[in-house]
Amino acid sequence: MGMATESQFHVLAVDDSLVDRKMIERLLQKSSCQVTTVDSGSKALEFLGLRESNESNDPNAPSSSPVTHQEIEINLIITDYCMPGMTGYDLLKRVKESAAFRSIPVVIMSSENVPARISRCLEEGAEEFFLKPVKLADVTKLKPHMMKTKLKKESEKPSKEDNAVLKHEIRKDEEPSVIEILPLHQDVEQEPMLSNNKRKAMEEVISTDRSRPKYNDITTLV
Amino acid sequence: LMTAKSLASKETVNGRCWFYSDDDDGISVYLNRELHAMNTVVAQLQTQFQDYLVSLYQQGFLDNQFTELRKLQDEGTPDFVAEVVSLFFDDCSKLINSMSRSLERPENVDFKQVDSGVHQLKGSSSSVGARRVKNVCISFKECCDVQNREGCLRCLQQVDYEYKMLKTKLQDLFNLEKQIVQAGGAIPQHFPSYTILRPDIRPCLDA
Repeated sequence: MGMATESQFHVLAVDDSLVDRKMIERLLQKSSCQVTTVDSGSKALEFLGLRESNESNDPNAPSSSPVTHQEIEINLIITDYCMPGMTGYDLLKRVKESAAFRSIPVVIMSSENVPARISRCLEEGAEEFFLKPVKLADVTKLKPHMMKTKLKKESEKPSKEDNAVLKHEIRKDEEPSVIEILPLHQDVEQEPMLSNNKRKAMEEVISTDRSRPKYNDITTLV
Repeated sequence: LMTAKSLASKETVNGRCWFYSDDDDGISVYLNRELHAMNTVVAQLQTQFQDYLVSLYQQGFLDNQFTELRKLQDEGTPDFVAEVVSLFFDDCSKLINSMSRSLERPENVDFKQVDSGVHQLKGSSSSVGARRVKNVCISFKECCDVQNREGCLRCLQQVDYEYKMLKTKLQDLFNLEKQIVQAGGAIPQHFPSYTILRPDIRPCLDA
């Protein structure tokens, strides 16, 4: 199964609940992603190679560069909001503050529909906000976000081989304009208008009837 | 024409059925009868399974999210649902025990701890589609918010009852699944066409 890892997306999933970790792992695997799960924000940072303490200019600190993170390519971080210690929001901030990782799309999950919380996360740079319980249909929305990092990384490499990969991924993508959205690492804009993705996420979570069945009003099911 | 001599004899060797006959017609009739009998058994078990599953939704034990859970199971991960619900039941047991300890002494209740436990329980029950358990958690949280110890104790008892009830029900469901597989059949993925479910628990059928 690990043969085609070059074109496979690698997602880092963060959740303190074991049941939810199992769920999100399987949801992502079902969407053909490679998954790494951790149970806390600090473990997530550790996995990425970021120190818990700030990357300060302390002359006494060991002059080690986080070598490991260079080898691990993460295409998306999906994290629970409510976690003991470091919340999903704290993790989001740390990632977006980091020069090395701020381009990684971050998605927040929460069991609580709190509009203020949602907009705070989106403003901080989260791509999407999912209300739990997360479904397969939600996870399929992640592909476009993960594509962006792939395309960006591919466009930085000069080799011809990667151009072929680039073309292949463009073809798969429904919106050709995705390339024009790059570069990703611009500062968070104070735009009055939310982007389509964000607006969609907002509209979705504000809807109260999450359990609204999506059937065509028939009483028989096949 | 069928004669006693031409009917095939059956033997089970190493768990596999072997049919012996000196007569081709005898073999095929016998095989057809055997297959028909097997198919009937499988069909009966499949119907039993579907009826039971539907009843769990109709009685409110399960909701839409359980359907989502089943979608994640496939030939490569045939025990996924059973594994996840098993983790959920372990969670229930552990959280109920710790909340019980927190609620034990009336003069010294740690409502923060209880609230944390209820939050976790509500989250995981919601994730697996354990509807009744989740609903008790909603009431439980309300009691916790107003620091109503008596109410909390009642909810604790109810949540304990509900998770154990669901555990039994799902065990029966998984046993039916096993029987179907052992009889050589496939586990039905969809509800039978006669199914009529209440709107609030009707599963999403997005492919």
